[in-house]
Amino acid sequence: MRTSEALRAIYPELERRIIVTIMGATASELYALGHRPNFFYLEHSMGLASSMGLGIALALPAEQVIVLDGDGSLLMNLGTLSTMARYKPGNLLHIVLDNESLLSVGGFPTATATGTDLAGVARASGTPRVLEARTVADFKLAVSEALASHTLTTIVTKVEAVAPSSYHMDLTLLENRFQFWRCLRERRRAP
Amino acid sequence: MSVSITNSKLIYDGLKACDVKLIAALPETWLVHLIRMADEDRAMTLVRVAREEEAIGIAAGAHLAGVNAALLMQNHGFLAAINPIVSLAFLYKIPLLMLISYRGHMGEKDPWQTQGGLVTEPVLRALGIPTSTLTIPHDIPRRLKEAQTLAHASLTPVAVLLPRELMWEEA
Ligand SMILES: Cc1ncc(C[n+]2csc(CCOP(=O)(O)OP(=O)(O)O)c2C)c(N)n1
Repeated sequence: MRTSEALRAIYPELERRIIVTIMGATASELYALGHRPNFFYLEHSMGLASSMGLGIALALPAEQVIVLDGDGSLLMNLGTLSTMARYKPGNLLHIVLDNESLLSVGGFPTATATGTDLAGVARASGTPRVLEARTVADFKLAVSEALASHTLTTIVTKVEAVAPSSYHMDLTLLENRFQFWRCLRERRRAP
Repeated sequence: MSVSITNSKLIYDGLKACDVKLIAALPETWLVHLIRMADEDRAMTLVRVAREEEAIGIAAGAHLAGVNAALLMQNHGFLAAINPIVSLAFLYKIPLLMLISYRGHMGEKDPWQTQGGLVTEPVLRALGIPTSTLTIPHDIPRRLKEAQTLAHASLTPVAVLLPRELMWEEA
């Protein structure tokens, strides 16, 4: 399964929820499917998409927040799994698109290519629900189950390390930031 | 010798007066009372992080979601969090109210704190982070409010240093 296929399959679930993605390939693939004001692309600061998602989830308990993380990014901030598991916000879904690679910088294998099991790390960190997927159908099912469970879930899905056809996004960082902020402000006012 | 409960309380009350609703923290000795106060306050969301970098992400998320946040960490935690301060807070114009205990400066007895103490203010200056050092107890509420006001107006991180003379009571 390619990242683009995985994201296309769950796009209807993403459309109305608050989304925080990592940089590079994942951001571009999501953007190519259709940008929305409730999508935030963390175009740097590796590892912190999940921390931002946690902050948003704790601040807006009435909204469901989905983080699109990468294996390289998560390996850079493994402590986030323990922090999320400690507070267990039921409105947070943490998806790890594990391509076993630092794809966005040209494709260097990460430790998941040599056996590190991020789902195992998530489980051992105390994450109440951890699901794994390898096919589009399994992934789609895992996402809808996780969203329906209202329980903090990490889904680790294996994806192919295939770069997007283009990394171009016609959206400046600050445009994205202020648009997202306004969107969240509206949701806060009208829950 | 002990951490000042009186001044910790003044700082905590100052944060409450700033309508801070979420505190992301990593403990150290001087912060014990502040963290306990946040923990006991049912109106406060306290997030205990494993590493200070996370706290920058959490506070950024809270800000974008419209909640006033503050960070509690020691200066070595600030040093550990520099990339996200640069690549998230400055890059995305996110205000941060960072309360940093200022270890390793005048009066420090622990040798391991001293190198971080030497570089804290130079690093803050190099990053262009406006910095206020709390020294006079009755100034605390006003200085915290001013730091938060500047952070929100400039949309940048602001540091409030908590020095020994405020946090530590000799005798
Ligand atoms: C602190 C830091 N180190 C290195 C980089 C360079 N960098 C940008 S994207 C990336 C790879 C991210 O890997 P992963 O999270 O697995 O996502 P993928 O690119 O594979 O989709 C790296 C190393 C960075 N942005 N920040």
